[in-house]
Amino acid sequence: MKLPIYFDNHATTRVDPRVVEAMLPYFGEHFGNAASRNHSFGWEAEEAVEKARKQIAELVGATSKEIVFTSGATESNNLAIKGVAEMYAERGNHIITAATEHKAVLDTCKRLEKEGYRVTYLPVQGNGLVDLDMLREAITDKTILVTVMYANNEIGVLQPIAEIGKICKEKGVLFHTDGVQAVGKVPVNVVKDGIDLMSITAHKIYGPKGVGALYVRRKSPRVQLTAQMDGGGHERGMRSGTLNVPGIVGLGEACAICNREMAEESKRLQGMRDYLRKKLETELDEVFINGTMEHHLPHNLNMSFAYVEGESLLMGINDIAVSSGSACTSATLEPSYVLKALGVGDDLAHTSIRFGLGRFNTQEEVEYVANRMIETVRKLRELSPLYEMAKEGVDLSKVQWAAH
Amino acid sequence: MAYSNKVLDHYNNPRNVGSLDKNKANVGTGMVGAPECGDVMKLQIEVNEQSGIIEEAKFKTFGCGSAIASSSLATEWLKGKTVDQALHIKNTDIVNELSLPPVKIHCSVLAEDAIKAAINDYKKKQGTRSESAVAQ
Repeated sequence: MKLPIYFDNHATTRVDPRVVEAMLPYFGEHFGNAASRNHSFGWEAEEAVEKARKQIAELVGATSKEIVFTSGATESNNLAIKGVAEMYAERGNHIITAATEHKAVLDTCKRLEKEGYRVTYLPVQGNGLVDLDMLREAITDKTILVTVMYANNEIGVLQPIAEIGKICKEKGVLFHTDGVQAVGKVPVNVVKDGIDLMSITAHKIYGPKGVGALYVRRKSPRVQLTAQMDGGGHERGMRSGTLNVPGIVGLGEACAICNREMAEESKRLQGMRDYLRKKLETELDEVFINGTMEHHLPHNLNMSFAYVEGESLLMGINDIAVSSGSACTSATLEPSYVLKALGVGDDLAHTSIRFGLGRFNTQEEVEYVANRMIETVRKLRELSPLYEMAKEGVDLSKVQWAAH
Repeated sequence: MAYSNKVLDHYNNPRNVGSLDKNKANVGTGMVGAPECGDVMKLQIEVNEQSGIIEEAKFKTFGCGSAIASSSLATEWLKGKTVDQALHIKNTDIVNELSLPPVKIHCSVLAEDAIKAAINDYKKKQGTRSESAVAQ
């Protein structure tokens, strides 16, 4: 076993060697511009791009022509939301999203608010899921778009996407989902799920960084977008810019591998995740799962270790890469807004750790991580005045803290 | 973020972890911070009432590594000082000793507050005791 261990696969993933292999020729002998229509260099590049388009479409139940290549999910989210808002501005000015969305969605919505659009940020329930009745009630005749993520990047919960898709269809509203954490990990089908637009990125599915895609439905309804980048009119006018051919080939290969191996892989990862959870819950008291485990990504576990601050915990397990919802680990010095939206108190948000298992993790690593976690939490609880007080029976919520 | 070697040393080998009997007249307890803010420090001193010298200091801290290191260092510095000398420990001394980066200065402020709170508690107890002694 090699240290450090990478358990942060929601942040990014290692590129699969098979993906690297597939990409390499497109840096070298097949370096052509896919838009060069009059020589073989261009034709080879175009052929590779079209193959990748098909591989992506197959993974999500779309057709090739519905895949638009971008630089990644942030761009896909921006293009989907701003592109729809602009294109359908005459029909309405209202967008609905959820409080636990990624910043690439939330901040895009905030930008539109400044431009005069109205945005509803749906709260989520304690389990992390959107309330469907609340969604239904929020839709008005001015609503043009609902954007709700497929799976959450922190707590790993899967939103009721097919139900949301159905409601949007009934109401004649477009439905966009940020599919970054779900595609390639759980079965996603844009037809069955009633999705009109979906953001995808390569680097979360063992592909390269800097390349992604946006699924844009072509039939019933035919979704139109206002381009957000002016230029040569690539990607059927929706996204100008010379295509990143090696990246696109990598994204395509990454999708093809997921398509073949997802069923088995998710079973394996879920087995390891469940083992980790059980071991931590058995060996440690006062640990809490964030987000429902019933509708959950197979490789995610988000747990709060009460009375132990997240950054100090990360410091103790410095040969393991994970993330924390603690304020000290965030750029804003605020605890996770996702956990806050679930109603998790700031005190517990500070103690949360996100484990993201991936393709290259082994059972031996899970064992090591579990043991290191248990040992470190115990050590830090020895140091924690809160743990001592809780053990003495003090109700911490009733204490008058000298906040500063 | 990289931690300084001194922070790592205090984190890995915290000095003077534990609790003193908070009901004793010569023990001062300071507890500062709040769980919602992500750090709580409890710092205690045991004072020799004759000499006014701090003979024992203990801490427990919920917080990041720098908070743990700041409080651990504070207990080291407190031992052997008189109560009045201890009041001169400044957060900037802790920042310098541990090479804390700007985002962690807050941890040193908390440690200084904890020292002051513990000393206040001790002085309050001593005050009440001498008052009750007078009353008798």
